[in-house]
Amino acid sequence: MELKQYNLYFLYQETVALTKRLFIQLKRRPSTLLAGILQPIIWLFLFGALFSKAPEGFLPGVDSYGNFLGAGLIVFTAFSGALNSGLPLMFDREFGFLNRLLVAPLASRLSIVLSSFFYITILSFVQSIVIMIVSFVLGYGWPDFYGLGIVFTTLILLVLFVTSISLCLAFVLPGHIELIALIFVINLPLLFASTALAPIAFMPNWLGWLASLNPLTFAIEPIRIAYTQTMNLDVVALHAPYGDLTCKSCISILFSLTVFSLIIIRPLLNRKLN
Amino acid sequence: MNYIQITDLSKSYSDIQALKDLSMEINAGSLFGILGPNGAGKSTLIKILATLVEPDGGEIFVNDINLIKNPRKIRELIGYVAQDIALDKILTGRELLDFQSDLYHMNKKEKYERIKLLIDQLEMNDWIDRKCGTYSGGMKRRIDLAAGLLHLPKVLILDEPTVGLDIESRNIIWQLLKNLKNDGMTIILSSHYLDEIDKLADSLVIIDDGKVIAQGTPSQLKNKLGGDRITLKVREFSTYEESKKISEILSSINGISQIIINKAQGYSINFVVDKEKDLLTKLKVELAFSKFEIFSLAQSQPSLDDVYLQATGKTLLDAEISMTGKRDLKKESKQSMR
Repeated sequence: MELKQYNLYFLYQETVALTKRLFIQLKRRPSTLLAGILQPIIWLFLFGALFSKAPEGFLPGVDSYGNFLGAGLIVFTAFSGALNSGLPLMFDREFGFLNRLLVAPLASRLSIVLSSFFYITILSFVQSIVIMIVSFVLGYGWPDFYGLGIVFTTLILLVLFVTSISLCLAFVLPGHIELIALIFVINLPLLFASTALAPIAFMPNWLGWLASLNPLTFAIEPIRIAYTQTMNLDVVALHAPYGDLTCKSCISILFSLTVFSLIIIRPLLNRKLN
Repeated sequence: MNYIQITDLSKSYSDIQALKDLSMEINAGSLFGILGPNGAGKSTLIKILATLVEPDGGEIFVNDINLIKNPRKIRELIGYVAQDIALDKILTGRELLDFQSDLYHMNKKEKYERIKLLIDQLEMNDWIDRKCGTYSGGMKRRIDLAAGLLHLPKVLILDEPTVGLDIESRNIIWQLLKNLKNDGMTIILSSHYLDEIDKLADSLVIIDDGKVIAQGTPSQLKNKLGGDRITLKVREFSTYEESKKISEILSSINGISQIIINKAQGYSINFVVDKEKDLLTKLKVELAFSKFEIFSLAQSQPSLDDVYLQATGKTLLDAEISMTGKRDLKKESKQSMR
């Protein structure tokens, strides 16, 4: 993709058109949005109830399990949405609609990728805000202003990271069946192998290692800090088997992963889109 | 004046060679037909012209612009109507056109005027605000055509645009293509419908097995065959040996040429008779002398199908039938999918 040749207005026009199309689809078929909100809310109730009688000290630094779980579910919602972001592109490939985009003199075919990023980011934010409101209503707290900034920054990084992988898969895999199967395989194991539902101290050693290397954990822990205390980037957020990580470290790792994934997928996108 | 110049174009999909050193020239403002049976390589050629598929070798110039080196410039010049209509079922027809016009960077005024004009021209007023998922095949094709024409392309590329359409939609599309050609647009139309190409095309190529087997105007190609075309059968289903004997008898008659034994039609014999001579009486006498009776004898003026028959030894319909079941459409679709 030759940046120097971009005509910014044309890039804006086509990105807006592509994003608008995704939102029209969402408006007329809102089930994805609703399911994405309902599922974590149901989990919040069910898991909240399941662990309501957890012994004291089981979750240090939080008042209740719901208070602990909120961060995990916010991240999981954004993660699931981003992981599914390749599906519309895969369907466009399969049904030939992508060809309609590829024969158009787009200022840059990057607009196809950008529109997916914008769409999923906005969708994830809407879903996350609803979950945050429900959590607040249930008495599980609300981050301060600085904390909110950390929540949304973390979510943007996670969405960029996972969306880039999902878009990549949408080009690499032969069809939507394979993509859905892979999403199915990745989704829940990554959730359970993170600190979304339980702290590392509660896990067997091997799972603790897995959880402390899981990108979801690097997103969950800073958000959890934002929920449970006054936000401070230097506070230790993750007690990993290999050492303690502060909020800043977690976000930096997530940022590095995002940049790395964007660099990795770029040649593939170039090959597929040019 | 040549507007599009294609030289030695080749393309393979793993073990299948779809195009083999294809060359042709297309004049500005003409309607150029690409005729051939399914699997001949028409769609591959069209996809290369639409910048969707990169060729393995060869060159294409459109208005002196190298298509392979400057695909984006070419995309500004072309409108593409694919064989498989890909619409977003959730969008209405109007929303789809609006979306498409943004991809071509049209301004609001231009966009509004073009959409309105095309809705009128293609008689889409009654259903344009319904979702595309509710459209019939003809409606889908019309909206697809409108999308290809929105930005007033210099070249319109259509891949089998009337396959499976009702007569009304087909006539509307034919009329529109004639009008566009009269307005100076260069149109490339691929089809396996002989009458469509015969009626609409100024010039054409016939493609078979990835190669150009004939090229010219419809009348030039038909005139090359000489006189009228005769299809002769001495029995409903002859044997090859029997037909071979008859073809030897026919070849001894002065004025009969281009004798072909058509296996797909029960070893019938196709040949061309000189218009100037009354050869049929002589033919009957010669056959009777060799103790053959005529089961059927049909005489017709040369058609494009005869041109195809002459070049390949089979009719276009026979070629279509022989391809049935041989193509793995799913595999081809995957191979051409980005």
